[in-house]
Amino acid sequence: MSGATLRSWLLDPAPASRRQARLGRWYRSWRSLSRNGLAMAGLAIVLALVAIAIAAPLLADPAAATQQFLPARLQFFSRAHPFGTDELGRDIFARIVFGARITLTIVALVSVIVVPVGLGIGLPAGYFGGAVDAVLMRITDIFLAFPRLVLALAFAAALGPGIENAVVAIALTAWPPYARLARAETLTRRDAEFVQAAVLQGASHARILLSQIVPLCLSSVLIRLTLDMAGIIITAAGLGFLGLGTQPPAPEWGAMVASGRQVLLDQWWVATIPGAAIFITSVGFNLLGDGLRDVADSRAA
Amino acid sequence: MIRLDRVSVRFGSGARRFTAVADVSLDVAAGEAFGLVGESGSGKSTLLRAIAGLVGHAEGTVELAGTVMPRRRPRAARRLVQMVFQDPYGSLHPNQTVDQALAAPLRVQRLGDGERRIAAALHEVGLGAAHRFRFPHQLSGGQRQRVAIARALIVAPPILLLDEPTSALDVSVQAEILNLLTRLRQEHRLTLLMVSHDLAVIAHLCAHVGVMQQGRLVEQTTAAALAEGRVHHPHTRALLEATPGFTGTVAAD
Repeated sequence: MSGATLRSWLLDPAPASRRQARLGRWYRSWRSLSRNGLAMAGLAIVLALVAIAIAAPLLADPAAATQQFLPARLQFFSRAHPFGTDELGRDIFARIVFGARITLTIVALVSVIVVPVGLGIGLPAGYFGGAVDAVLMRITDIFLAFPRLVLALAFAAALGPGIENAVVAIALTAWPPYARLARAETLTRRDAEFVQAAVLQGASHARILLSQIVPLCLSSVLIRLTLDMAGIIITAAGLGFLGLGTQPPAPEWGAMVASGRQVLLDQWWVATIPGAAIFITSVGFNLLGDGLRDVADSRAA
Repeated sequence: MIRLDRVSVRFGSGARRFTAVADVSLDVAAGEAFGLVGESGSGKSTLLRAIAGLVGHAEGTVELAGTVMPRRRPRAARRLVQMVFQDPYGSLHPNQTVDQALAAPLRVQRLGDGERRIAAALHEVGLGAAHRFRFPHQLSGGQRQRVAIARALIVAPPILLLDEPTSALDVSVQAEILNLLTRLRQEHRLTLLMVSHDLAVIAHLCAHVGVMQQGRLVEQTTAAALAEGRVHHPHTRALLEATPGFTGTVAAD
């Protein structure tokens, strides 16, 4: 199939199959996203991050990321060390490349926890209302009252520092806004006539929530998640900076900034390069989230 | 087919309790088309929702096809009555194709042979295969309402409730939908209960008419009597006077 016929097949106003209808819908969303230059820049950054994380062993030597070589410490950019070396003689480029894996792991784990928990609390609260709503929302309020870093500190103190505990700590404090969002989205839909039609058909509450309401909540939840990614990455980096996240010698970006702090004035790149990596990644997720929101808004209008 | 015995519907509790439907008794025979008219807030839509089982009734009994409806209706009882809503833009899920909207009731009611049933339901309401995989935003208002009618009829209910099914549509489309309902009623021997504030719409489809005011059914009459102006209750007379040019309209049967 040539490009032109594929496009007209995708944009056919009268699709002939379920698959064509669904693909056409995705294609239309993609077209409106791809017209947004900033969003595409964000998407490129996020995809580049994923590609770097996957291809890390091809881009850099895994040993260089953790092996100390004190004679070559604190070197400026060179052919052997494109981003120089840190205070223990480790290649910063290799550490950045392998640090992408850690950052993406944290982001993925937090998302996998936060979205189901947020939907699991918010959907029943909005749908059933009354006592269910009151109980679930008070629980949400309690969790909202915990400051993220302080809870993470408590976690690290109780369970020991590490990437898993950092993820749990971030997830514990990140889900309440999702529950609120899911509740608000559910509230606006639960009295919709298509929901009443489903009730009349004899659909169960679970079926109505999953097939009618979740698809409508999901886009705003995922957009919110993309916009939150920057915050999650920065919190993870903050935990690493405080020594409560990933433990040395693992190349976590936040911990790398912390270790470069002592030599910031003379060897600025040790802290600046991982800082720039955190910054670029956060901006990438933010731009992508903004673009996705624009696509969703134009669809709703 | 539909028998209501002193049905009341109340919302809220204590001092804020509000009686939306008070003490309504009504009989609609099988195959009959009954119209409910009244102003906004007269309780006609609430009564329809109570019959459908969307709101619980506080007192009285709702009997459909000879069975008294319990408070929580079992899945099988849901097949007795389906409803077409007023707003064709709100009654279809925005992210689901026509095909998905029609497949859902079949799945819930565990009815097999979906492929044939969906095609037949679309054909009956005058839509074709070209519309089957469209999303609601790719359909016109009239087409959406046809989909809503197809979705209601796909589980083959003996009773169809219509909540102002044409008031959100253009005048030319209104007539199409009313003619469609007339034809479907004859073909499926449907019992219709339609709510509207438009006497002309009611008289087009319904031989029997009930007039509601402040939650009460104040008068039951026929479309013919309405057309001739033979009415008793002052509220019915007021409604008639508010619809100039109505006299002379003839009922469908």
